[in-house]
Amino acid sequence: MKNNSSIMFFLLILFVFTVILSLIQGPVDISCKNIFKIIFYKLGIPVSITWDHNVYAIIMSVRIPRVLLGILVGMALAVSGCAMQSMFRNPMAGPYIVGIASGASFGASVIIIFGWTRLLIVPGAFLFSLLTAFCVYYIARVKGKVPVETLLLAGIAVSLFFSAMVSFTQYYASESNLREIVFWLMGGLWKADWYNVLVSFSVIVPCTFILYLFNRELNALMLGEEVAQNVGVKLETTRKIILVLSSLITAAAVSVSGVIGFVGLIVPHIMRMFVGPNHRILVPASAFAGGILLVWMDTFARRIISPTELPVGIITAILGVPFFLFLLRTRKKTMGF
Amino acid sequence: MFIKINNITFYYDSFKALDNITFQVDSGQFFTIVGPNGSGKTTLLKCINNTLKPYTGAVYLDKEDISIIGEKAIARKIGVVPQNSSSQFPFTIFDTVLIGRYPHLGTFESESKKDYEVVRHSLDLCDIRHLETRLITELSGGEFQRMVIARALAQEPSVLLLDEPTLHLDINYQIELMELLVKLCKNNGLIIVMVSHDLNLAARYSDRVIILKSGRIFVCGTAEQVFNEQNIFDVYGVNVEILRDKTGCLNIIPLCVKTL
Repeated sequence: MKNNSSIMFFLLILFVFTVILSLIQGPVDISCKNIFKIIFYKLGIPVSITWDHNVYAIIMSVRIPRVLLGILVGMALAVSGCAMQSMFRNPMAGPYIVGIASGASFGASVIIIFGWTRLLIVPGAFLFSLLTAFCVYYIARVKGKVPVETLLLAGIAVSLFFSAMVSFTQYYASESNLREIVFWLMGGLWKADWYNVLVSFSVIVPCTFILYLFNRELNALMLGEEVAQNVGVKLETTRKIILVLSSLITAAAVSVSGVIGFVGLIVPHIMRMFVGPNHRILVPASAFAGGILLVWMDTFARRIISPTELPVGIITAILGVPFFLFLLRTRKKTMGF
Repeated sequence: MFIKINNITFYYDSFKALDNITFQVDSGQFFTIVGPNGSGKTTLLKCINNTLKPYTGAVYLDKEDISIIGEKAIARKIGVVPQNSSSQFPFTIFDTVLIGRYPHLGTFESESKKDYEVVRHSLDLCDIRHLETRLITELSGGEFQRMVIARALAQEPSVLLLDEPTLHLDINYQIELMELLVKLCKNNGLIIVMVSHDLNLAARYSDRVIILKSGRIFVCGTAEQVFNEQNIFDVYGVNVEILRDKTGCLNIIPLCVKTL
């Protein structure tokens, strides 16, 4: 218990540090002092204005939304990955297990190749990913029950189908559209603006909170379906609720950032190594760690070949996987799967 | 307090697994269900706590039909120790037993002092309080089984259902576990319904025994009434010799199968 609260405290410190560091980093040099002053100014605290107009614009409409979006998306992927792994009792489950990524990709690709307004991409990807999740759920339903294995397999099958559909759209796309689709699929936070932040915030934060309220059910499910039923968990209803919440969270993340791999699969595992499988602590720890990790990775992606940037999805995999494998080798015993 | 199983029939698709099962167990009674593999013992236990819905019939706790009171309410009255429990997830014993408090908590409610006290009390009853910070992945078979019983007790049930609790345990743990159950039954007035393959343990510790055969009650009564050579031959197809040990308990010794 004591150990856990110190880990949460450490994550909180790291979180604040990460946010500040990420705000400082960028092609234009802005001092830490000015960043704080601008934030205070915005919050209505009187400060002397020592910055010029451009700096203000960069902070307010570029860097802050980007950091916020990074936190939200990282948090979303880690939390829903954690819930999916626990519910399926499968270490290979992740946020995209019920076909959400491929559904969203297909939605976005269709909107791009038909040349519809790009404003439609976020709602379109969101709707398509939810539609896919519902399809998977209803395909997997047998006599009012949804067996875990069937759900996993249906998710994989439907994902493959939509991946093929995305390839199909790519095959027929014009050169410029193809480029746009490929970029969308790689996943990144370069579309960060206040609109995207607000849209994803309004879905991700409430759903994550509700999911957290299900920490006891998740614990019980991890001990096995039979145990869960014996202590009074409504199995099918609980599964459905967790699935809907995770799907909403993931869909909100994917539709604003494209498909960012690794975070949702690996962060819950890393946190499980440190705080154990109890969801009361695992869910908030994963949320923090996911946000921190993605903001770090994104900062790196922005700076490594400055002034242009890499898609963050590439960085998360290239840097994150070796780190995870290192942990896997050294702390294998306590992981649980 | 009593539990009444009334006319339960259950089908797996078209296979009739349970046929018109009726019996009643009172507070402080140790009740054992024995029978060959596939005779419906586990199915019967699952019907009792309503995780399988019986096709006909109902289970009553003090005249209250449990199928209509909801999952959490059932879990507040009936605790279950399932058959093949083990876990690969490193929860601590305390956290695992705390899951037994689930039926007493609302969605927005967090565990109170009382819940922690009940958990500690359950750990004490099962004599594993000193292990509360140990991980369940690092327990021996006997300790794990005690932890599962502690979790069921943390539900503060009036009825405890156990599915072959002594399976995989050495004889020392078997006896310890059975004596723990008898203690809970006699001192705390718990109703115990146990499924077992071990006829000798059943004969020694149960107040009443039923033998199931192909989903029907073949015979029901005290161990003395139920366990005789003819009954066991009819149900299991095995010739046995029944002796009395030093303590006066029945001892059932298999001799040979009927084809010989």
